[in-house]
Amino acid sequence: MTTTQTRPARKPLPPRPLFDDDSSGIKSGRITRVQHVGIVVGSAVAAALLLTAFSVLGPFALFVTTALVYLLGVYGVARAVEGRRHATDRVVTGLVTTFFLIALAPLVSVVWTVVSRGLARFDVEFFTWSMRGVLGEGGGAYHAIMGTLIITGITTLLSVPIGIFAAIYLVEYGGRGRLARALTFFVDVMTGIPSIVAGLFAVALFTLFLGPGIRMGIIGSVALMVLMIPVVVRSTEEMLRLVPNELREASYALGVPKWLTISKVVLPTAAAGIATGVTLAIARVIGETAPLLVTVGTTTGLNINPFEGRMQTLPVFAYYSYATPGIPREAFIERMWASVLTLILIVMTLNIVARLISKFFAPKTGR
Amino acid sequence: MNRSTFRIAAAPAALLLTLTLAACGAANEGGATDGGGDSTATDAAPEGESLSGSIAGAGSSAQAAAMEAWRAAFESANPDATVTYDPVGSSGGREQFLSGAVQFAGSDAYLDDEEVTAAVERCGDGELIQLPAYISPIAVAYNVEGIDDLQLSPETLARIFTQEITTWDDPAIAADNPDATLPSTPITPVNRSDGSGTTANFTDYLAAAAPDVWTYGEVDDWPVAGGTGGQGTSGVVAAVNQTDGAIGYADESQIGELPAVNVGVGGEFVGPSAEAAAAIIDASPRVEGRSQFDYAIEIDRQTQESGTYPIVLAAYTMACTAYDDPADAALTKAFLDYVISEEGQAVAQENAGSAPISDTFRGNAQAAIDAIVTE
Amino acid sequence: MSTTAQTPAQTSSKPVRRPGDRIFAGLSTASGILILTTLVGVAGFLLWQAWPAITADPSEVRGGQGLLYYIGPLVYGTLVAAVIALLIAFPLSIGIALFISHYAPRRLAQALGYIVDLLAAVPSVVFGLWGVSVIGPMMLGIQAWSVDNLAFLPFIGGPASPKSMLVTGTVLAIMILPIMTAVNREVFLQTPRLHEEASLALGATRWEMIQQAVIPFGRSGVISGAMLGLGRALGETMAVAIILSISARYTPIITSPANPGTIAADIALQFPEAPTGPPLATLVASGLVLFCVTLIVNMTARWIVSRRAEFSGAN
Repeated sequence: MTTTQTRPARKPLPPRPLFDDDSSGIKSGRITRVQHVGIVVGSAVAAALLLTAFSVLGPFALFVTTALVYLLGVYGVARAVEGRRHATDRVVTGLVTTFFLIALAPLVSVVWTVVSRGLARFDVEFFTWSMRGVLGEGGGAYHAIMGTLIITGITTLLSVPIGIFAAIYLVEYGGRGRLARALTFFVDVMTGIPSIVAGLFAVALFTLFLGPGIRMGIIGSVALMVLMIPVVVRSTEEMLRLVPNELREASYALGVPKWLTISKVVLPTAAAGIATGVTLAIARVIGETAPLLVTVGTTTGLNINPFEGRMQTLPVFAYYSYATPGIPREAFIERMWASVLTLILIVMTLNIVARLISKFFAPKTGR
Repeated sequence: MNRSTFRIAAAPAALLLTLTLAACGAANEGGATDGGGDSTATDAAPEGESLSGSIAGAGSSAQAAAMEAWRAAFESANPDATVTYDPVGSSGGREQFLSGAVQFAGSDAYLDDEEVTAAVERCGDGELIQLPAYISPIAVAYNVEGIDDLQLSPETLARIFTQEITTWDDPAIAADNPDATLPSTPITPVNRSDGSGTTANFTDYLAAAAPDVWTYGEVDDWPVAGGTGGQGTSGVVAAVNQTDGAIGYADESQIGELPAVNVGVGGEFVGPSAEAAAAIIDASPRVEGRSQFDYAIEIDRQTQESGTYPIVLAAYTMACTAYDDPADAALTKAFLDYVISEEGQAVAQENAGSAPISDTFRGNAQAAIDAIVTE
Repeated sequence: MSTTAQTPAQTSSKPVRRPGDRIFAGLSTASGILILTTLVGVAGFLLWQAWPAITADPSEVRGGQGLLYYIGPLVYGTLVAAVIALLIAFPLSIGIALFISHYAPRRLAQALGYIVDLLAAVPSVVFGLWGVSVIGPMMLGIQAWSVDNLAFLPFIGGPASPKSMLVTGTVLAIMILPIMTAVNREVFLQTPRLHEEASLALGATRWEMIQQAVIPFGRSGVISGAMLGLGRALGETMAVAIILSISARYTPIITSPANPGTIAADIALQFPEAPTGPPLATLVASGLVLFCVTLIVNMTARWIVSRRAEFSGAN
């Protein structure tokens, strides 16, 4: 409770008084939009000249130099026109935007690579055929798509409730108890389990009960659960902690039982965040290759029974297409890119679903 | 805004719809595929006609492409039969085979004496079959601007890979290539960064052919520090392609446009080819003290015989002559029959770039496979 | 911490324990215990499988000179790669998250957040291939230039390679960027509107508002996001295996083809062909070490976060 009181007290009174502007006094001037564009273009030209002088012209170098020149330039101009605080603000805005663009470039490049190369085999045959009896060109990944959907589906169905309940325990029930502290700590540790180790664990577990050499979809699901649960717990916990206590207290004050408070007030408030977290968790495991390699194996035909026999999955399919291509090599590589593209599209669909869920179930917030 | 969301949603939704419509059965698969497996189909099947059921294999990833080809061709000839092959790695494959988890295994190396003992137990009443059914020449590929015909003696090759020779215009290389103009480009040796049978066979060759220079012996893991490592055949080929002055070893079928070194054998220089690779297998002796169907061979890397290429990988297929389940036996027999057949070897050559086994060896192998008891 | 949350509930509901409450509490506790059991299972399994290597004679272990000799450089390599990744990704992820949450127009922001989420799903094999074929050659020039001009720095040395530790770290950074950004963005968006408006109403510029309201509020979330990213970087397998050229032990140089391996990549590279017995157990033992490294990293992170716990909403 004490903290909720200090917080509002702290905000308006930061260590450095807000209006103590620098020695130059408060400036009333403003840089207009046009002037701002001028600075950007100017920096680009200056950077280009500078780089030509040193003869190291490249798109990336040009971009970075432009950004640096711009940051210096905008600070100088804004400082003179708008004052120190606004100058800093402009620099940070520039910096954030630069970071964003720098980071966007490789991400866009990855997407572009996948889409442009994946489209070559993104055809009907790819989605309706398996690889059974297919030599060289042609064939498809229908069996792998189904395998991925089934295995990931089971994993999600099992992991999400466990993960969310564990997070509820941590935030609402555990308090500072021994179990809660141990759980928080070890969930973090679990996020660091190398995926191959999770796979080996699942294999060892099932070997114990069913004998050696067993390969089933469900073993893969267990391996992926080990990887997925901590991510779900972590993100859900973070989101639940962000739900203001005032909401809980208001609900208790109205005589609502704790479990109803959690399921009707706390969870819906955090729904958007939890949905994102779960989507991310699915995204985290759906592309896993190593654990599926050792638990589910690989096959060329369709198998939709997760309790019997080997299954094919998209990442494993992609990996083997790359790692052990036959002749013609191009056919294998094209299938690999197409299956990666499919994987991304599946995640995209999940993402949309998650967003729709959070849109329908989340209560209205201030924004 | 909502509308745009829906437009984005339309594409994957359509995708899902296609999947649901197509549900239950891939377009290329017949009605009753992976049925219960070990049903009664066996007693009706003398050979080849109405085979059904499924067998599993596991092992070396080096022969995965060939296995893929054999399996695909075999399955299309026998639509009710399923053969799977997990390229989990040689030792994983041997282990699974010995524990009885799979009916057959592929391995880059033959079973050692200890494993043979385990195999005797695994095969019970039957005997162990070991056949080098997948033979693949390993090419030493290089990327040096202006050179597309390079000859290297075993010693020079070994000195390049131990990084004793560091530039392409070294006198030792010049001595092997009197007519070439060699650039002073530094040499970048490229090796496999994963443990592999390719590395084992390549180092075995270096150790046998240039014992004074290559003192590391035969190893799975590349022993020399400071080179460039690439993951898998693809990784090595990509690394060689990217770097001027690079030289690396990889399956001949996968090096693409890269030129391959002609290595010194006896008095001549031989490039990798299917014929030269098959020839070295025939010229090599069997490992002594093995049972009748155990065709483990000791590749004669020091051979002086003309027309042989000594850097080859011979990957074994292992099976038993008897299985607890006659259905497994029948299917394994039919599959191996296909693997060593002329047609099977041609399919592997076409799809995996392997070297077909010789007719002499096929005769021996056929005898072993015929010994599989299907009753 | 949650005592404040419980006090009202307990005082009002102590006499009547509703069955709903009991079931809910039971389920939550059971989930927690299940997770702990799984973890104990994994750890126990690791130890069981690694035991032959721990007890074996040093000469039987992979590398023939004992566990420490084999695993030491791998731990070093793992840390170097992960630290490079985190150094690059941490500022970038905050920048992107802020851009999406507080700078970009709302519609654009939604689309961008969406793209970033998608990237978390790209399988690591793809990042590996992309790293080898796109980023590696692209960074070759910068690295070669550094080797020529900055060789006095202890971590730069030739010959420049497209498969260097620096390239690997950069690709790892790009790989962990989506997950870190997603966490940061979600946390930044949770900043109470009132705090932000209060700050702006007092005449703060946008940056000052972020400094005063957003950053302090999101700090623990940002750190846990970074840890999530670090955990992923430490355990990343396929991409490192594909990109990194491994052919050295300890070296400070991050621009050459002679690099130490990382634990996860080493397991993936060597596991398939590793002979059973102590050599295979060595690999599992290295997995156990990775497990412990993550443990230490997380302990440190926990400690940092706990010092900032007062900013959590639920206390």
